[in-house]
Amino acid sequence: MGTLAPAVKENAKKIKNDRSSDTVMEYVMYAIAVLFLVILMYPLYFIIIASFSDPSAVAGGQVWLFPKGFTLDGYKELLKHQNIWIGYRNTILYTVVGTIIGLVVNISAAYALSRKDLAGRKLLSLFFIFTMFFNGGLIPTFLTIRDLHLYDTFLVMVLPFSVGVFNIIVARTFFQTSIPGDLWEAAQIDGCGNLRYFVQVVLPLSKAIIAVIGLWIAVGHWNSYFNALIYLKNPDLHPLQLILRNILITNQMQSGMGTGEAAQIALRLANMMRYSVIIVATIPIMCVYPFVQKYFNQGVMIGAVKE
Amino acid sequence: MRSAGTIPGRTLGQMKRNWGLYLLLFPAVVLTLLFAYKPMYGVIIAFKDYSPALGIADSPWAGFKYFEKFFNSYQFSNTIKNTLIISLYSMLTFPIPIILALMVNQMRPNRFRRFFQTVSYMPHFISTVVMVGLMMILLSPSTGLVGNLYSLFGKEAPDLIGSASLFSSVYVWSDVWQHVGWDSIIFIAALSAVDPSLYEAATVDGASRWHKIRYIDIPMLMPTAVTLLILRVGGLLGIGFEKVYLMQNDLNATSSEILSTYVYKIGLLSSQYSFSSAINLFNTVISFILLIIVNQISKKMSENSLW
Repeated sequence: MGTLAPAVKENAKKIKNDRSSDTVMEYVMYAIAVLFLVILMYPLYFIIIASFSDPSAVAGGQVWLFPKGFTLDGYKELLKHQNIWIGYRNTILYTVVGTIIGLVVNISAAYALSRKDLAGRKLLSLFFIFTMFFNGGLIPTFLTIRDLHLYDTFLVMVLPFSVGVFNIIVARTFFQTSIPGDLWEAAQIDGCGNLRYFVQVVLPLSKAIIAVIGLWIAVGHWNSYFNALIYLKNPDLHPLQLILRNILITNQMQSGMGTGEAAQIALRLANMMRYSVIIVATIPIMCVYPFVQKYFNQGVMIGAVKE
Repeated sequence: MRSAGTIPGRTLGQMKRNWGLYLLLFPAVVLTLLFAYKPMYGVIIAFKDYSPALGIADSPWAGFKYFEKFFNSYQFSNTIKNTLIISLYSMLTFPIPIILALMVNQMRPNRFRRFFQTVSYMPHFISTVVMVGLMMILLSPSTGLVGNLYSLFGKEAPDLIGSASLFSSVYVWSDVWQHVGWDSIIFIAALSAVDPSLYEAATVDGASRWHKIRYIDIPMLMPTAVTLLILRVGGLLGIGFEKVYLMQNDLNATSSEILSTYVYKIGLLSSQYSFSSAINLFNTVISFILLIIVNQISKKMSENSLW
C-alpha cells in the first residue's frame, strides 16, 4: 500500500491535468463544429432568402442575412411554366412506382439470400455482387434497352435499374442478424410456407430496414437524371431533374425571348426562377428524410458489416 | 429417402421444400440477367465493327482496331490524366469524414449533436443537377455569393466555374461539402460499437481525450477505412459522369473531359458505338486490375480485404 500511494497520487494529478487540456480541446472542437455548420448551412439559407428577394439586390451583393425587396415574382413565374409541372408529375410517378418495384425486388431477394438453408446461396450472392464490379458499359446497356423496346417508355425509368446490389446486401445482413431462425422453425411446424412466413412474419418485423432502403431508392429516383438523359426523348416523359438542368445549367429559358426590354424582363424573371426552382425541387425530399433519419446509422452500420 | 445420403439428392430436396424462396429471388435474378449480364455480352462490340443493321452477333470482327484508335488519339492521355487528377485529388480528402466522425463521437449525446448530424447529412440529398446549379449561382464572379464576398473586400473574384486550372478543386471540394456528413455516418456507426469499458479503463489509466482517440477510436476505424479505401481505388477511373458532365463548359474543357464523359460523347452523341465500348472496356479492365492489386496488398499488410 505504502509504495502504491505515490503512484496513485501521481496518476490522479495527471488525470486532472489532462482534464483541463480536455476542456480546451472541447471548446476548440465545438468552435470548429459551429464553423462547419455555418459553411454547410449558409449557402442553403442564402438560396432561400434570395428566392424572396429582388434579383438586382441579390446580384448587387445586398442580400446577406435577410431578404431584400421582398417579392414572390420568382414563384409566380414558376407557376406559369408548364414544363416544370409536367416534370414534377413525372418525377412523382417515377418515384412512387420505382420505389415500390425496387422494394419488392430487393427486399424479397435479400430475404431469400439471408436464409442459410437456401441451396446455392453463395453462388447466387456472387451472381449479384459481380455486377457491382463489372458491367457492360454505356453502349451495350443502351443497345439492350433499345432491343427490349424500352427506349422512350415509362418503364425504362422504373424497371431496368431496380436491382440495387448494395441494398440487397444491407437488407440481407439485417435479416440475418435481426430475424431469429427459431421463428421459421416454429412457423414451419405450424404448417406455414415460406411465402406466407415472409409476408406475415418477416415483413412486419422489418419496418426499419424497409424504411431505410425505401428512402434510398426514393431519393435515387427523385434525383435521377442520367437515365432520363439517355433513354427518354419524349418531353412529356421528362422528369423534373432534366427540366431543371435546362433552367439551371444550360439556361435554355432565355433563348427565343426576343430582344430589348422584353428580353431584359425575361432574363430577370429567369434569374429569379433559378432560386425558387431549386427550393421547390428540393423541399419534398428534405421533408421526408428527418422521419427516416433515426434509422440511418443502423442501416449504414449493417451495410458495413462484412460477411 | 433413398438418395438422402448423397449431396445432390439432399440439395434437390431442400430446393423443392424452399421453392418459395426461389420465387422471391426470381424478379431480381431475371432483371440482373437482362440488364446487367446481357449487356456484358454486348461488350464484344468493342472488338467488332458494329453496325445496327447487322446486330451484335453478325457484325464483322475488327480486332483491337478501336483500342489502338483510342491509344493513338490525342484524347487518350488527356482524358486519363484528367480522370486520374480528379480521383487522386478526391482520394486526398478521404480522411475528412473520419475526422468529422471522431469529432461527433466526442460530442455529448445531446440536442446539439443531433442537430449537427441532421444538418451535415442534408446536402447529400440535393440532386446533382441542383448541386451544379447551386454552384453556378453561388460561385459566379459577377452575381454570385463568392463574387459578392470578394467585392466586399474590394477584390476581383476568380471565375471558379469557367476555369480549367481550378476545375478539379471546384469539383472535389464541392463534393466534400455535399457528402462529408453522409460519408461520416459509417464511421460514426463503427465508433458506436466501441465497448464503453475500454474508455473507462483508459480513463483510470490516465488517458486524455486525445489518447483515447489515438489508441482506441482510430484503430477501431481502420478496418472500415481500409475497406472503403480499397473500393475507392477500384473506382479510380470510374468517377461519376453526372457531375462532371454538368459542370463542363467551353472554358474548362481541357481539364474537364474525363473517360466517362468522353465515352458518352463518342458513343451516344456521335454514335460510334464500337469505339465508345472499347474505351469503356479499357476503363473497366484497368479498374478491375487496380481493385485486385490493392485488395491483395491490403490482405498482405493488414488482413483487411474485400474477399
